[in-house]
Amino acid sequence: MEMVANAHERTFVEWAKDKPEVLVLSADLTSSVEIRLFKQTYPERFISMGLTEQHMMSFAAGLAREGYYPFLHTFAVFLYRRPYDQLAMSVAYANLPVRLVGFLPGITTPGGASHQAIDDIGVVRMLPNMTIVEAGDASEVEQIIGVAHQVDGPVYIRQLRGEVPRLFDPSERMALGRARHLSTGTDITLLSSGICTEEAMRATAVLKSRGVGIEHLHVSTLKPFDDPAVTEAVASANRGVITMENHSVVGGLGSAVADLIAENGLGSHLRKIGLRDTFAHGASRPYLMKHYGLDATALVREVEQAIGEPLGITADDLASARLDAVHSLAKAEAL
Amino acid sequence: MMEDWKVEVSQAALGIRRQVLDYTVRNGGGYLSQACSSAELFALLYLRIMNIGPSEAPMVPEPFLGVPGPKNLNYRTGAAYNGPIAPDLDRFILSPSHYALVHYATLVEVGRMSAEGLAMFNQDGQSVEMIAAEHSPGSEVMGGSLGQALSQASGIAFARRLKGDTGRVWVFMSDGEFQEGQTWEAIEVMSFQNLDNIGIYVDVNGQQVDGRMEDVMRIEPLASRLEAFGARTFSVDGHDLDALAEPATLDPDGRPLVVLAYTDPCRGIPLLEERRPMLHYVRFKSEDERQMYANTLAGWQKGVH
Repeated sequence: MEMVANAHERTFVEWAKDKPEVLVLSADLTSSVEIRLFKQTYPERFISMGLTEQHMMSFAAGLAREGYYPFLHTFAVFLYRRPYDQLAMSVAYANLPVRLVGFLPGITTPGGASHQAIDDIGVVRMLPNMTIVEAGDASEVEQIIGVAHQVDGPVYIRQLRGEVPRLFDPSERMALGRARHLSTGTDITLLSSGICTEEAMRATAVLKSRGVGIEHLHVSTLKPFDDPAVTEAVASANRGVITMENHSVVGGLGSAVADLIAENGLGSHLRKIGLRDTFAHGASRPYLMKHYGLDATALVREVEQAIGEPLGITADDLASARLDAVHSLAKAEAL
Repeated sequence: MMEDWKVEVSQAALGIRRQVLDYTVRNGGGYLSQACSSAELFALLYLRIMNIGPSEAPMVPEPFLGVPGPKNLNYRTGAAYNGPIAPDLDRFILSPSHYALVHYATLVEVGRMSAEGLAMFNQDGQSVEMIAAEHSPGSEVMGGSLGQALSQASGIAFARRLKGDTGRVWVFMSDGEFQEGQTWEAIEVMSFQNLDNIGIYVDVNGQQVDGRMEDVMRIEPLASRLEAFGARTFSVDGHDLDALAEPATLDPDGRPLVVLAYTDPCRGIPLLEERRPMLHYVRFKSEDERQMYANTLAGWQKGVH
């Protein structure tokens, strides 16, 4: 599998070159959120805000009112949790085109609970006017900024950094509000997002070989959540629906699908894979994904539950899990 | 003899207090002490300090037309009451949105809104809301959650500097907002950015909801705190028109300008003294009390100030 390093850093600089109205605001994590090259290339469009996340959010609203497009870069937790009121009242209420580029989604950091955005989708989804998009691989990291920038309003971007695998053909473009169709089947409909899609792809190949049909869609737009293809896939599942996300099972993709099932009277049995209403702790990503049951093995166990029979799939049957150095040069996991 | 502009500002300040007292008497309550403390400041900003054009909004405000969003193309802020948005013109940002009644009364006094508009205050379905939202007359940003408007205003000021605008951004703040951490973040960043196209007037009336600020949460010494953060700070008598107006005439020097206007929340209505220390929202306790305020108002209307 191709691993791509620092895709955001490169592509953002290229994308922004003919957009003088694009400004980058950094809260002291310039290198950690891959915006150092932007600072070096366009110093006049880089604004150092220091550790002032609440002020930075409202300040960005002021810039946006004057016709600029501020892209706030910091860890996700500091874009929605700490300045929630500022996000709600200065930015979301006014429907201003402020772009929140949030890194370290879910358990993708050993930084522990203070740095892990495990409830961001749920929190931001409740805010009117917000759009939420999440990257699942390197191709989406390369395209997500352009997709987000189509929105005439605020966007929360759940971003990946460092070494990211390329799962999707770059020519199959990421599209706002459209899920990516990854496999076909009539037993189970599987909806995954973010880094869970890689795990899901690993499991679905093995499940298919055991005769289980999986309709697998990768979801990158969490709000609005109105893709007719998703509704159709959920409606067509014979043995239930499974969601899989790097987030709490409360408020995120699983909850969005639960709403969809109930509002459309689909009556599907829903199984949610994610953090089971718990904070996590600091450790490597593979450890945390296994410990909290967000990996391919966890998905296989849910499928076995859904179809009511063991499949005899072992960890060895699944492709080997990613093992990244905790302190790699690419800062894949470190702060 | 008093200069003409001062006569005009003084009369407007009296008019602001009279309108707010009138509203308070008729409705059994209102943000009266805020009018007493800030009437000169509001009148002076509109009539002397700010370089703004004539109102572009209807004298009688439109009803509530919905909140901003992708499905509401009719949405507009209340900024049009402060004139056109142009590179050379100033902007006004109201931060403590509960001063809205005083702000609306000001708009009436300076001929930007009809008295009919003030009568719509806090009426269902109207944009003349009790705590101003950004669609309310004279408002441009959402300021009800205290401490956020200064940051928004500084973003506007920063963007205007990028664009080469010559107009300034004036912010009206209350002293209680200096208890919020975000305010200090904003001052710190403006100072770091040498943002000097912003001017902040603070109504330092020493009052907050729970009573006297010094009993609730001390912010003094405010001037030296602000100076330590890099702001160009002036402390003045908030009812002295010359003292209030003077800092705005100075050439910018690279620092954000903060004018601390020390005010009396009972100014003009000595009756209010009896309610100390609870002055935040005047709600009459009895018909007798209401009548006493009504008598004050009647005296004013006969021309006895």
